Amino acid sequence: MTPVTTAAPRAATKAPARRVYAASVLLLSVWVLGPIYLLFVNTLSSPEAVNSFPKSFIPQFDLGSLAFFAKFDGMLAALGNSVIVAAMTMVMSIAIGAPAGYALSRFEFRGKELFRLLILLTRAFPLPLLALPLAVLFIRTGLDDTTFGLALVHTTLAIPFAVLITFSLFSGIPIELEEAAWTLGCTRLTAFTKVVLPLILPGITASAIFAFVISWNEVFAAAVLTIENRTLTAFLLQKLGDAPIHLKFAGGFILVTPALIFIFAVRKYLFAMWGIANR
Amino acid sequence: MAEIQIKNVAKAFGSYTALHDINLTIADQEFMVLLGASGCGKTTLLRIVAGLETATTGEVWIGGRRVDHLPPKDRGIAMVFQNYAVFPHLTVFENIGFGLRMKKLPEAEVKRRVERTATLMHIEQLLGRYSGELSGGQRQRVAVARALAMEPDVILMDEPLSNLDALLRLEMRAELKGVLAESKTTAIYVTHDQVEAMSLADRISVMHQGRIVQADKPVAIYRNPAAEFVAGFIGNPPMNFLPADPRGDGKWMVAGQVIDGPTHSGALKFAIRPEDVKLGDHGLPATVRLVEPLGAHLLVTCDVGGTLFRAVLDSDLSLKLGDTLTLTPQGDRQRWFDPATTLAVA
Repeated sequence: MTPVTTAAPRAATKAPARRVYAASVLLLSVWVLGPIYLLFVNTLSSPEAVNSFPKSFIPQFDLGSLAFFAKFDGMLAALGNSVIVAAMTMVMSIAIGAPAGYALSRFEFRGKELFRLLILLTRAFPLPLLALPLAVLFIRTGLDDTTFGLALVHTTLAIPFAVLITFSLFSGIPIELEEAAWTLGCTRLTAFTKVVLPLILPGITASAIFAFVISWNEVFAAAVLTIENRTLTAFLLQKLGDAPIHLKFAGGFILVTPALIFIFAVRKYLFAMWGIANR
Repeated sequence: MAEIQIKNVAKAFGSYTALHDINLTIADQEFMVLLGASGCGKTTLLRIVAGLETATTGEVWIGGRRVDHLPPKDRGIAMVFQNYAVFPHLTVFENIGFGLRMKKLPEAEVKRRVERTATLMHIEQLLGRYSGELSGGQRQRVAVARALAMEPDVILMDEPLSNLDALLRLEMRAELKGVLAESKTTAIYVTHDQVEAMSLADRISVMHQGRIVQADKPVAIYRNPAAEFVAGFIGNPPMNFLPADPRGDGKWMVAGQVIDGPTHSGALKFAIRPEDVKLGDHGLPATVRLVEPLGAHLLVTCDVGGTLFRAVLDSDLSLKLGDTLTLTPQGDRQRWFDPATTLAVA
């Protein structure tokens, strides 16, 4: 008898909290997945269906819009540029960000806290303010309209994340593991390559992919700093301004899909990075 | 031969001085325990010997070679860490063989040494496992085996047993003692557990506030504490102290009783271990305040002349709160301390 009478009120008090939780999850999912689903449906519908009313919520699997893009002049070059810029961003942001993350995690130095804050603050600085001086500087140095120049800008955007993510990765590795390696015949460098690196490699990969996605999604700097060698985002922004709506949907679809796939692939590590679930 | 000499070592962290002018010589194959409360500098001293910390001033010599400017790998040491520090991405075999591979020993020799130390630590059946699949006690065994496999001149241990549960700690303690005696290495072992220190050490260095207060054999430290701190720190329950007033000619007034003591000018403190008093006809008058039966003994907390005084008495006694006892201190176990210097007076 006793367990029943005590269990009932507890369940009753828990139920509303559970319902609020479930509702929040549902709301968030609809908020994110709704537009993506509509994008998906409209991309795979014929132009007539996209423009007609009422809307259908079931895709027709009409590949006309996507096929149009495949043959679109300059499309493949822009896609190639996007991949090149994103790959360079990925490499540079880890090459620069990971040592900074290691230093933040392992060494005590004056101004460490300020440094961490400043890293975050770079994200608060509006890019449009920088656009004109940056464009002038790039033209002077000959970096304008090059994939490398754009990758530099994207790297500065991705570095704060690379630093903070690798900082938390390194902090998750007990210093004793390194110290044990030193006492077992390692130098600082060999201890790093033999002990630390294997342990953080998955996290570094995730953080690299995150940098890739940041570059892939970036449109403002890409549009301002390139003319001939546009990345996919800048290219679509320019070409689709006056395009019919079904092509805009298809363009959006092409942009969103790779980013989604990448983020999905590394989601486990992103959770770990933000400290939601360590390991 | 690996004698360790620590000469005038001091360490400051900013304005905080962690170690003051430490001088200590540890003989070849000696098992030295650094004992002290947390924050006394014992781990810092160990890390300076290991090379994981640099001394602000002073020298460290191992086996007749000055090593304080060398990185840890060139000092001929191996270390066992409190949290084991077993590499999670390597198997037990590769963990134990890690240092041997760094030395680029031939594969057959690596295998031989790994298997020998694993057998010694009773983990030969775990060689294929990863650290995540091991219990705390097993990890500790891996850490010790990894250090022993290096066949170091000196083995350094930083509270290696403190993360184990009580029963396992007891078992590992006995095992460590045997294994280390066998290996003939010089050992420095840091702990805050005095029972551990007593049972393992050839010699104990009691540390307090960045200084070595006394370095001696365990029994000597227990029987003849060099300072009031050691007397109060070693022993559970610790030594009793009572104020003593000089009556001249080596006579001292302690709790209304005249006791023979050293000749000394000024006041002293009389000290006696709780187990070194007996019930008698003449001695210290005590009023019972608390009785704790501990099975083998009775721990009786009394009031002696307004000071709390603990006595370990026979468990067959029946005592009530408020009973008055006469406690006779055993003559050869009485100790005296100078309250001004806190040092022992003979």
